Amino acid sequence: MKHLLDFQGWTRAEVESLLDTARVMAEVLERPVKRVPALQGFTVATVFFEPSTRTRLSFELAARRMSADVVSFAAATSSLQKGESYKDTLLTLEAMGVDAYVIRADAAGVPHQATRWVRGAVINGGDGRRAHPTQALLDAYTLLEALGGLEGRKIAIVGDILHSRVARSNAELLPLLGAEVWGAGPPALLPQSLPGVRLTPRLDEALAEADAVMVLRLQKERMEAGLVNLEDYIAHYQVTEARLKKAKPEAPLLHPGPMNRDVELEGTLADSARSLVNRQVHNGVAVRMAVLYHLLVGRER
Amino acid sequence: MGDILIKNVMLVDALGERGPVDVLIGEGRILSLEGGEAQRVIEGKGRFLAPGFLDLHAHLREPGQEVKEDLATGLRAAVRGGYTDLVSMPNTNPPVDTPEAVRALRKKAQALGLARLYPAAALTQGQEGKTLTEAGLLKEAGAPLLTDDGRTNEDAGVLAAGLLGAAAFGLPVAVHAEDASLRRGGVMNDGPLADLLGLPGNPPEAEAARVARDLEVLRYALRRAQARPHLHVQHLSTRRALELVREAKRAGLPVTAEATPHHLTLTEEALRSFDPLFKVAPPLRTGEDVEALIEGLLDGTLDAIATDHAPHTQAEKEMDLLRAPFGIPSLEVAFPLLYTELYRKRGFPLKRLVELFTDGPRKVLGLPPLHLEVGAEASLVLLDPKERPVDPKAFASKARFSPWAGWVLEGWPVLTLVEGRIVHEALE
Repeated sequence: MKHLLDFQGWTRAEVESLLDTARVMAEVLERPVKRVPALQGFTVATVFFEPSTRTRLSFELAARRMSADVVSFAAATSSLQKGESYKDTLLTLEAMGVDAYVIRADAAGVPHQATRWVRGAVINGGDGRRAHPTQALLDAYTLLEALGGLEGRKIAIVGDILHSRVARSNAELLPLLGAEVWGAGPPALLPQSLPGVRLTPRLDEALAEADAVMVLRLQKERMEAGLVNLEDYIAHYQVTEARLKKAKPEAPLLHPGPMNRDVELEGTLADSARSLVNRQVHNGVAVRMAVLYHLLVGRER
Repeated sequence: MGDILIKNVMLVDALGERGPVDVLIGEGRILSLEGGEAQRVIEGKGRFLAPGFLDLHAHLREPGQEVKEDLATGLRAAVRGGYTDLVSMPNTNPPVDTPEAVRALRKKAQALGLARLYPAAALTQGQEGKTLTEAGLLKEAGAPLLTDDGRTNEDAGVLAAGLLGAAAFGLPVAVHAEDASLRRGGVMNDGPLADLLGLPGNPPEAEAARVARDLEVLRYALRRAQARPHLHVQHLSTRRALELVREAKRAGLPVTAEATPHHLTLTEEALRSFDPLFKVAPPLRTGEDVEALIEGLLDGTLDAIATDHAPHTQAEKEMDLLRAPFGIPSLEVAFPLLYTELYRKRGFPLKRLVELFTDGPRKVLGLPPLHLEVGAEASLVLLDPKERPVDPKAFASKARFSPWAGWVLEGWPVLTLVEGRIVHEALE
């Protein structure tokens, strides 16, 4: 594995190996001194062409906990429109001796494009609607922790599937681990098709006997574009205590954040014992440590 | 005594293939097909000679966007591609919407002495889709057609009035047929692949819906006009829109249509690379659409292959897929590409292929056919069957990149003549 762009072409064994490493990293994070020298001498750059605080912090913490040097580049989308180029930014970092690039962009494909320009490892930190592979890995890790295994388990993803990179990455990853993935949302927010996912506009169908439920963020711009009416969405697609009765008892809830309380998810549920949201954030660091380790050290073995 | 003698060369034009013959050229004409004395003798053995190509659709970017292309680089690219005649699109900065602007472009192009330029003029002032330009004066200045290409004609009433106005002067109105409100921000063909890649889709229905509307507008103009209007549909890309044009032609509507080299040789699968090089409007479609277009070339639904040569800077094409501009440069590869992919690989009739580069587009503009006969104008292209890979770094165009880089093609133009004058030479 040279880059982590998405899970196209990945095998179950590769995913499991990565998750095994993440478990080792999680143990490191339980120690009083949460730092190992594994990436000493390596430099990791977080290159965020689209702002995102939590993903960037998680990656930077992951890199530092393995003793890598971290540099951070944050550009507002507007500066790109002024003519600043992705390529020049990345070549500048390359000239400074960066070994791995965590790239976030609002357009699908920017991390793929970056692999044509830099020699270092590229990690997709979220690109447009396309992919958010470390989010899916931390989701899988959290689900495995909660459910024990994913073979034959029904995972329901609810909300704006069409515009969601989290949904796309989970659609690629979870079936590799044996899960049956369902996607539910209003027709205007569903793709025509998505390999690995059974799509339905009927929320009850997706929730029925689900082993876990992943709720997606509903973005304001979808309402503004006239794709969905907020009241209608809340009335028919909000994940509530009552609707969750269709799912398996105690089926855990995941959300990639940031959350719109009482829009896509009933506020009280977010604070309930079923919510794994904080666990997801916690596991994110270990998973990202594993990804950095596999890309920077693993590939030289 | 002629100027040039091309010996032992096969001839191919819309009438068919014949030869080998010895073609004597002088006084800007074909003097003889049976040889004769000439100042220069060129060996044509294994090569074939065709009438010079006419491109109905190229963006040469002058005035205003010379960083992408200018008349000199664009027209040099044209002659290297075997084109002796070329229609430039008016979506420049400012748009070409006055007789003065048309005359200025023609004058400058004439001074360059490369391919002959026919500057298309805007259908509406500033290409804003509101107020019509002066069709008659533009025609007299040398505009071959009117179009708001680069933009879509959202106002059907303006298009109808434009067709009526142009009809009086025998000018075609060319349309970029996409419903902008249905297309929205689409950057690739809408469908399962766009869903998978997470890219906003431009549905094939956006093209079909607009072609259907424009054909109804044409029906209206035909009924109302005392002269015959002419609608030309640019860069058809979908099976469904092609079927609509086929039906309209059967019903006798005065409509013509073109297809581009990229829509005939590439599909949406290219977008898996996330390379904005493949971002074009209308978008690359599916294999099924490509097959339908090739059928349309054969049965006459499509009248011409037109490049839609759309140069941009390398840096612009290295932006992301949402921000990079639409367009593919192709003047220098169009003929060898289709010669190789259609004729050599699929057995598409060579005579028809050459017609789609010559008499087909000539007829769209109302020009007489050009055949390789004694007395014919010596605007010619000599084509070489030798294989050579596409090397964008060697392009004359400022856009030195290509979706076909590295493709090994045959049928490269090695000599281009405009009225007997050599404008491109790459003989070994």
